[in-house]
Amino acid sequence: MIWSPLLLSLQVTLVASLLISILGLSIGVFLARKKFPGQIVISTLLNLPLVLPPSVMGYFLLLVLGRGSPIKEWFGIDILFTWQAAALASTVVALPLMVESTRAAIANVNPELEAAARTLGSTEWEVLRQITLPTAYRGILAGFGLSVARGLGEFGATLMVAGSIPGRTQTLPLAIYDAVQMQRYGLANVMVLIMTAIAFGVLWWVRHLEARHPQSKPRSSPGKHPDETERRSSEAVAPLYPRRELYR
Amino acid sequence: MTLRCIAGIETPDQGRIILNERILYDSHQGINVPIRDRKVGFVFQNYALFPHLTVAQNIAYGLRKLPRNAINRRVGEQLAQMKLTGLGDRYPNQLSGGQQQRVALARALAPEPDILLLDEPFSALDTHLRNELEKQLIQTLSRYMGLAIFVSHNLEEAYRVTQKLMVLDHGQVVAAGDKQAIFDRPNTLTVAQLTGCKNYSRIQPINRHTLRALDWDCTLQTTEVVTAAHTHIGIRAHQITFVDPREPSPPNTFPAWVVWTSETPHRMTVYLKLGEPPLDTEDYHLQAEVFKEKWVRLKDRPMPWSIALNPDRLMLLHA
Repeated sequence: MIWSPLLLSLQVTLVASLLISILGLSIGVFLARKKFPGQIVISTLLNLPLVLPPSVMGYFLLLVLGRGSPIKEWFGIDILFTWQAAALASTVVALPLMVESTRAAIANVNPELEAAARTLGSTEWEVLRQITLPTAYRGILAGFGLSVARGLGEFGATLMVAGSIPGRTQTLPLAIYDAVQMQRYGLANVMVLIMTAIAFGVLWWVRHLEARHPQSKPRSSPGKHPDETERRSSEAVAPLYPRRELYR
Repeated sequence: MTLRCIAGIETPDQGRIILNERILYDSHQGINVPIRDRKVGFVFQNYALFPHLTVAQNIAYGLRKLPRNAINRRVGEQLAQMKLTGLGDRYPNQLSGGQQQRVALARALAPEPDILLLDEPFSALDTHLRNELEKQLIQTLSRYMGLAIFVSHNLEEAYRVTQKLMVLDHGQVVAAGDKQAIFDRPNTLTVAQLTGCKNYSRIQPINRHTLRALDWDCTLQTTEVVTAAHTHIGIRAHQITFVDPREPSPPNTFPAWVVWTSETPHRMTVYLKLGEPPLDTEDYHLQAEVFKEKWVRLKDRPMPWSIALNPDRLMLLHA
């Protein structure tokens, strides 16, 4: 009884994570790098899922996927009330966290680093892959962690587009609701515990990532510094790397 | 900003940038060579070392297209030249400011760029370290075959490091050429101030070799011909001479009162008022600099002193 929703949740989250990482990374990079008219509108639209009720998101998804929508009528793709729809719901709801974190992390990369790489012969793609992303990866990973946790806990939009069909679309959060409805508190307790543990684990990992920011790493072998007379002017180096603002 | 345009980090609104007959940018012909193809080495003010790469990887970054053993050889050479041997496996944040700067220099030089651009490389360092690194840079530049442009707000520093100077003020070239000539004949007030000239006065020409210095309240003879274009006159603090009153006085000798003195380890700066005793400590015309030894002999002379502004040392300046 407990394995089916757990496995389904993992399956849905896995697919959602994949979509989130691909979409979130590319949209985040795009928003951080390109300036275009209407950018604020796009960013705001992308952030809407953070504040809208999940039912509203679910309703929008129904419009996009349901009867009369281009996806259904023209392409004949009907994923409503399948686990794929649940994955899509998770993706849409969790995406803003990934996009925002990626955008912020990349915008925080010192532009001089990228300029330096270009003067050393890098193409834009090489700059992104070898300099920007490796320098920003903690912020990006933290955002990914938050999105995965959010997607795992997705309830409302999932219910609207995938229903709560046991064994087919009933993920853990939906199963918990069901268990409580049917007053099976023992089962609910176990599932609540699992959800809480996973969420705690992910958030702990995110915090850990932030604390071990590469620039705040202490210098190794402080005693045996070969050139002690050369003091480091920390004021001059530190302001280049402002603390990441992930939770704005 | 100028360096950034040469490197291609910033795009100028219009104009042309030509490096060794290679057109890098031309707004008329629509040419804008991408940064990666310009073959420039850039040393950033705050070094911009890649924090996730080791020192050796930082230096090797511009050499990626070479075969592995060539990369290793060049990185080794650079490490040795910059006295960084043994630090190749460190990360930038494990280095001191001076070491970081040497890595930045090594990284810029490793691909053998056509031009090396140094954007105020010493501004983030304290004085002692500045002097050390300045010596190191002068040595490095003497080995480097290409062209190097060194930007600094400190003209004395620029004088020590470079052979030729170009003085920019609000994006306009106000002086360019041999560094000694610029210090000897600054020609404009801005350049005079930038080269450390402490004394200047507005002038009113009287004839070809005579003028009235309005701010100093005196009439001066000059060696240079005064023209209508000249608006100011200046004299460097160490070129004001103190005349023994028993000796015949040279041209431009004036009685002067000491207003205020300020002491540095080896020199005294003496603030002087010409013609009449000062009202308060802000009431002075000129700053003179004398070595301590001379000051010991001077200081007990009775006021007013006689000072001379040698006509050969007076610099006529445009606005």
